[in-house]
Amino acid sequence: MDRVYLDHAATTPVDHEVAEAMARVLGETHGNPSSIYAEGRAARAAVDRAREEVAAAIHAEPSEIVFTSGGTEADNLALRGALKARRDERDGLITSAIEHHAVIDTARDLERYAQVRVDVVGVDRYGVVNPEAIRDAIDERTSLVSVMHANNEIGTIEPIAEIGAICREEGVTYHSDAVQTVGALEIDARKIPVDLLSINAHKFYGPKGVGALYVRRGTRIATMQTGGGQEKGRRTGTENVAGIVGMGVAMRIARARRATESPRQAHLRDRVIAGVRARVPDAVLNGHPAQRLPNNVSFCIPGTDGESLIVALDLEGFAVSSGSACTSGETEPSQVLLALGLDRELAKGSLRVTVGRSTTDEQVDRFVEALSRVVTRLRESASVAV
Amino acid sequence: MSGGVDSSVAAAILADRGEDVVGVWMRLVPAGADVDAPRCCGTDEAGEDARRAAAALGIPFYALDYADVFGERVVDRFVNAYAGGETPNPCVSCNQHVKFDALLHDVVRKFGGDRLATGHYARAATGEDGRRHLLRARDPSKDQSYALYMLGQRELARIEFPIGELQDKSETRAIAARFDLPTATKAESMDICFAPGDYRKLVRERAPEAFVPGPVERTDGTVVGTHAGIGALTVGQRSGVGIATGERLYVLHLDTERRAAVVGTRAEIARRRYALTDMRFVSGEPPSSRFATNVVLRYRGIPLAGHVDVDRTHATLDLESPALVAPGQAAVFYDGDEVIGGGVVARHAL
Repeated sequence: MDRVYLDHAATTPVDHEVAEAMARVLGETHGNPSSIYAEGRAARAAVDRAREEVAAAIHAEPSEIVFTSGGTEADNLALRGALKARRDERDGLITSAIEHHAVIDTARDLERYAQVRVDVVGVDRYGVVNPEAIRDAIDERTSLVSVMHANNEIGTIEPIAEIGAICREEGVTYHSDAVQTVGALEIDARKIPVDLLSINAHKFYGPKGVGALYVRRGTRIATMQTGGGQEKGRRTGTENVAGIVGMGVAMRIARARRATESPRQAHLRDRVIAGVRARVPDAVLNGHPAQRLPNNVSFCIPGTDGESLIVALDLEGFAVSSGSACTSGETEPSQVLLALGLDRELAKGSLRVTVGRSTTDEQVDRFVEALSRVVTRLRESASVAV
Repeated sequence: MSGGVDSSVAAAILADRGEDVVGVWMRLVPAGADVDAPRCCGTDEAGEDARRAAAALGIPFYALDYADVFGERVVDRFVNAYAGGETPNPCVSCNQHVKFDALLHDVVRKFGGDRLATGHYARAATGEDGRRHLLRARDPSKDQSYALYMLGQRELARIEFPIGELQDKSETRAIAARFDLPTATKAESMDICFAPGDYRKLVRERAPEAFVPGPVERTDGTVVGTHAGIGALTVGQRSGVGIATGERLYVLHLDTERRAAVVGTRAEIARRRYALTDMRFVSGEPPSSRFATNVVLRYRGIPLAGHVDVDRTHATLDLESPALVAPGQAAVFYDGDEVIGGGVVARHAL
């Protein structure tokens, strides 16, 4: 069947150039980057080049990039590492109600096992965190603030520059999960006062299983795992050389294509939104109408449930999700949607469509047609006697 | 698809026939739950087996979550029944409330599916009268029709049991091998799926109040000993009553009000007449208000001759010879290989 992939927020297909670069490394660069002889130096050089690419993309220094196994590990390293490394008695962590599980569940885990005080700040109906609410939540015991750059389910972009400025004024470390935005949005670490930033390669056409944490010079983080001391002791373990190289190439391509690709995807996004509104008029758009990721569409469709929508669309040849890919299979409505103040029943009918580099107008139109058919069928079958 | 060989083969038979098949696995325990029930079909591990089987067949596969309904309608009821002195049949509850209610609804409504096929050993056929009939499996040693007696015309119109048509289990395994299904050599499930080993452990954890000691009495009220708790006892059981008289005594009745276990000899406990509740008939109607039938009183039990008098949702069962059955068990009526219907054995007054 001719499949249409519209779940680029879950993951993106690996760019061919990335795959080729990785294959070359796997075939030719077998050294351990920690070894002092030529093979080791070659591997080290490959990792260093990738580190430069990733750093350059966010206007950071290569020494500020710590490679990890992905976004989840970057978030864990940021929260656990920063709190573990603190020198004073401050034990407060402030985060938002719409964070990814990698942040919110880590915060809850720290609360239970490390006696960290966690304060969760709410959002408005578009999912925006009010920077002043962060300022109000900060007290003398606050050590770390973690608010994401853009939400993975509803696409809302958060005011991280303002939040970062407040954190800096208050002398609090600021972490932002930028897994959804690096590659899609311009991020300049020289201008945005963020201390820790999570990055994930497979969200920008790189491989799965590799990511990075930006650690601003001077920000103290402690390692979570102990071992050979790689990544300057901040993330020990032999480097995933091929993955890191793939991430570097993917970063370079994403950066080069961003100026044309992001507006193109925003056009496709708006085409999906307009199409859904025309064919399913009672669908409710989730997230901010303007301050949203260029590739994200999120709707709640009354009288349906997300699982049914996804299954039906899958069988029609379309790959979409009901929210975060990490929570699919749950029957409970998403915590993010509930945090917007949505009614539980409505929140169950959530649908996320995220376009990407290969998406075309024609695919979008076919999708809207299929969605319209599926919604009609699901609503009709809800009254079928079984 | 449970992850076991039977449902995998059922899917294989349908796919082989050219049907548009989608595999569905039911999560029955919460995700990530620490369950020491390796044979439970609703655990993550079973889900992985089901996923592999679906992949081997090349059919779409979805994991659906029924942990809530299973917990409430099967596990909680099981615990409450034992705590209340009854002997529940959790397979009947699961078929009635989870597989052929919640799942069947989702198959039709979510997937737009026409029919639900399962790996049960039974047969569903359409007769010349246009009605659906429920029959024993071709392999009588595997027959599971007893636990499906509650299915009516509405459900059976949408149900298929491909495995029930097979001659025996070796044919099932041969098909599994032919389709190279990874479940082909898996062991069969034996225990109560959510309470492996001794089910009393679960009842004790969930209903500690049913494990308060009480008196063991004869029918005339003579106290002959003490027992450790109603929750550990089953009507009809011989051992564990905690008495040491010379006679062989069986649990005849569990009085939850007084926490008393009434015991008696085999002659005392075997009865001819039982009250039944929650009557179900496959055709929608009993054959007549009083009818002769062969009744099966336990899973894979021998059919016993008797008469049934139906009064709306209740009935009285009169057996030709005395038999012992615990309240909470299903009484299922057969006409030859065909299931007519059944009901639940009610608690009886002494």
